[in-house]
Amino acid sequence: MKVTVNITRRPEIADPQGVAVERALRDLGYEGVSGVRIDRTVHLEIDGAATTEVEQKAIQMCEKLLANPVLEDFEVVVG
Amino acid sequence: MRVAVVVFPGTNCEHDTIRALRNLGADADLVWHREDDLSEFDGAVLPGGFAHGDYLRTGAIARFSPVMTEVTRMAGEGRPVLGICNGFQILTEAGLLPGALIANRDLRFICRFVEVEVVDTGSVLTAAAEVGQRLWIPLNSYEGNWVDPSMAGRVILRYVDDPNGAQDRSAGIANQAGNVAGIMPHPERASERVLGSEDGNILLEGFISSLVTSK
Repeated sequence: MKVTVNITRRPEIADPQGVAVERALRDLGYEGVSGVRIDRTVHLEIDGAATTEVEQKAIQMCEKLLANPVLEDFEVVVG
Repeated sequence: MRVAVVVFPGTNCEHDTIRALRNLGADADLVWHREDDLSEFDGAVLPGGFAHGDYLRTGAIARFSPVMTEVTRMAGEGRPVLGICNGFQILTEAGLLPGALIANRDLRFICRFVEVEVVDTGSVLTAAAEVGQRLWIPLNSYEGNWVDPSMAGRVILRYVDDPNGAQDRSAGIANQAGNVAGIMPHPERASERVLGSEDGNILLEGFISSLVTSK
């Protein structure tokens, strides 16, 4: 089953990459751009018959490895 | 008193680290990350580099190397555990030290000497130093910006200037017990006069002396 994991940095954690990109956009003449954040998406194929089973597996993977609970939140999308 | 210097695929400071430790009289040996028995050792150092290519996040994959089970055991037993640069990142990912290390504020790899001030001597890394003492040590990192939303970190070393945006200008932190410490600058690169500074020895000496007292 196709699974997409969206990993986002918590709003209270600084994102130096987002800040740099925001500054670059401003330098290019784009006005009114704010709140730029760079996140990460992981695409997986996970074996399993039931959506809930696959979802649970993916959540476990996030908790163990894919996301860092100190910095990040995650969202699992199956299908 | 034996200390294990752990080598992951991509670690690149192990020889500098072992040389600095041996110059100070420590019985130090390299240990491959697949090793699952460190019972012959009294402490462990995780040196700098790019363990497992720094893929996903720095230290994220290294924390699952077999040797980390033993490093975690040693940390729990109160034995000295030190992470330098990438080793510090691995210890935070492993949950042995609080917080995490993110990209430097200015998105530049910083490669220069920095001045750090000792603010807490109750850790294995700062045991031989004095509060207020200033040390001249090279910083070589991209993800050196320490953040800790839980505010649970015990800051032991602070940058005199603010090179990377680290919370509370933290250059080194320890767990509450003080036996696990992480430092972003490289004390082993300030361990001989020819390197431009010997200030790192004050930290490494503290670590080595802690190996004896933890027995």
